[in-house]
Amino acid sequence: MVRNFPPDFVVRVDKEACINCMRCIRECPFGVHEYDKEKKRWKRHHDKCVACLRCAYMCPTQAISIERSPMEYSPHPVWTNRVRKDIKTQAETGAVILTAMGNELPYMSYFDRLVLDACQVTNPSIDPLREPMELRTYIGRKPEKVEIEEEDSSIRLRTKLAPNLKLETPIMFAHMSYGSISIEAHLSMARAAKEVGTYMGTGEGGMHVELYPYADHIITQVASGRFAVHEEYLKRGAAIEIKIGQGAKPGIGGHLPGKKVTEEISRTRMIPEGSDAISPAPHHDIYSIEDLSRLIYALKEATRYKKPVFVKIAAVHNVAPIAVGIIRAGADAVVIDGFRAGTGAAPQVHRDHHGIPIEAAIASVDRRLREEGIRHWGSIIASGGIRSSADVAKAIALGADAVYIGTAALIALGCTVCKKCYTGKCAWGIATQDPELRKRLDPEEGARRAANLLRAWSHELKEILGALGLNSIESLRSNRDRLRGVGLSEPELRVLGVKPAGE
Amino acid sequence: MEIPLRKARVSREDEFVVIDAKGVHYRELNELINELVERGERKLRLLNVNGQRYIADGLRCSDCYIEIHGVAGDDLAAFANGPTIVVYGDVQDGAGNTMNAGRIIVHGNGTDIIGHSMRGGEIFVRGHVGYRVGIHMKEYREQVPVLVVGGTAGDFLGEYMAGGRIVILGLERLETYPEIAGEWLATGIHGGAIYLRDEVDEDKLGYGAKTERLSHSDRRFLSEAVGKFCSCFSLNAEEVLNAEFTKVVPKSHRPFAEMYSDSKEG
Repeated sequence: MVRNFPPDFVVRVDKEACINCMRCIRECPFGVHEYDKEKKRWKRHHDKCVACLRCAYMCPTQAISIERSPMEYSPHPVWTNRVRKDIKTQAETGAVILTAMGNELPYMSYFDRLVLDACQVTNPSIDPLREPMELRTYIGRKPEKVEIEEEDSSIRLRTKLAPNLKLETPIMFAHMSYGSISIEAHLSMARAAKEVGTYMGTGEGGMHVELYPYADHIITQVASGRFAVHEEYLKRGAAIEIKIGQGAKPGIGGHLPGKKVTEEISRTRMIPEGSDAISPAPHHDIYSIEDLSRLIYALKEATRYKKPVFVKIAAVHNVAPIAVGIIRAGADAVVIDGFRAGTGAAPQVHRDHHGIPIEAAIASVDRRLREEGIRHWGSIIASGGIRSSADVAKAIALGADAVYIGTAALIALGCTVCKKCYTGKCAWGIATQDPELRKRLDPEEGARRAANLLRAWSHELKEILGALGLNSIESLRSNRDRLRGVGLSEPELRVLGVKPAGE
Repeated sequence: MEIPLRKARVSREDEFVVIDAKGVHYRELNELINELVERGERKLRLLNVNGQRYIADGLRCSDCYIEIHGVAGDDLAAFANGPTIVVYGDVQDGAGNTMNAGRIIVHGNGTDIIGHSMRGGEIFVRGHVGYRVGIHMKEYREQVPVLVVGGTAGDFLGEYMAGGRIVILGLERLETYPEIAGEWLATGIHGGAIYLRDEVDEDKLGYGAKTERLSHSDRRFLSEAVGKFCSCFSLNAEEVLNAEFTKVVPKSHRPFAEMYSDSKEG
């Protein structure tokens, strides 16, 4: 049968500019470029091109350009090209379609339908260059009340405080495992987190020894596979996160294929080399909120109540009562991962069709915790598709304490979002374990860029606060009055807790 | 959460520090254990334990010996790294959960998820165990966890098992369910092995599991593990070993290998 499967991209090469240096062959891990030495002819395998643009940027004469393929099936509004390609793929293989990065369906973005307020005339705005602006955020349980005692004219805090993480900016690097990304990518984020005064997550892949110097800025993860979970690992990190679910694949587990379990990955995850690393869909010791509470306290006991324990869930329909249960179960923070969250590998059907937008989830969790009078018991960390400082500000105004960024951090490290992370062939040295490809990411340069991104967003956040007439990020939290909706229906405005523009 | 402190009664008997756990909150009990171990104590005897949770969680101490008289609560020795714990009574859910090293010897029964995700060490339960026991047990290099149960096990034994060895002896049977192990045995198993001292119906096995004949090395392993087990509980190992065993192993170490395809590469 003829395989009528048009490529997504075509590789155009300016023959006059090409000097036959073969660099493109070495640069492309997907095998797009081929040169027949006998016939002295180039062949470009357009069907293998993923538009990562590595060859185009490494070509010394800029002879290469990558374009969207002009050859497509006859247009149809329902039977789109993608739908037809997926069906043909599955007809050929009988398999689940695997993909990476965030949701690709054109759902509406609430962030893009929310606008921030600004001060005019009656309440003056603040110039962050002149006035101090507070971005510092504490993540963890806050006391019911604060008691102080005076002793010899000095004041002492009598209330015993629960352990909190101190963030100099309300932005952290999301959990992405060593295994899904390279040690160079992990090192870049760890250094940046330490430098800027924030945190990064290990994901389920454990903490590589090279990260130990940054451990006080690293949040460890306990997921259903319990990979790398060891008392030393738990005690070494700054906080512990129990991963129940993730926004890119709510309700399902994960499989790291055995071929990716190299010697180093095996050592960090503490599993045999070459064996599949299977994370079951649920934690099989957690079938209820009571069971979750048991794990939270088992971890607190194992670390003698020195580490805050977070619980991460995907934003799903009943996210508010679930989050309340999590906080009541003893978590110091609930992490909510929205349906736009990225991933290194997920079945396309789950990535694109499960979960709810993070904006709606933040608003309903924050509201519900306040209604029950327990908002101070735990923090809300939001993640999944945070693209800019404006998204951060809006997430906080909707009720989050801080955000995690994953995809944005990787883009800072050079990622072009070609969505091939799961192949392990990342041409930019990020989502790969190939020693040759890994050389493409210099962790020092990566750390500089990741820290720059945090600084730039932090600076913008201060400017945003100034425009709002606020001098601390705390005053923006859950301050939905400073948001207005544009083009949103009444039920949507009600869920988000914001007024329509003009009202 | 504020814990009302009421000093546990502590005394000394030979080289043992004896703690009367009656009415003591787990948080106080466990902190006391941690402090005693930090001060160099190595032998602890806990009396009147009545469901206190998390005993010895995350405890790193390979020469610690903890005796528990009573019922140890949930997650006994979770994340523990080295201690030997002998329970004269029952253990509740999650004993040995994600344990890295150490020994737990239980003279009574165990409930659910015993040995969940354990990576190393030994758990010997003289009586029966409940559901989901040994789920996602692992192994890593020289660390090969061993779980031996004298009685029977409930459903989902060794589900997602990735390594280690489980032995179910079935010396005593439940009246209500006389089988040696429950349904969905070893579903999704992709490493390690389960030995059952009985015949096992193929239709009891979950997805990805198969039975296999015992080899000489299996026999050697069984005689060693069952020998140790029997010496803990004064049983005659020769008699226990003189029976037919069924071995359950993974069909593949990569049960999900053919599940995925790439949309663009086709």
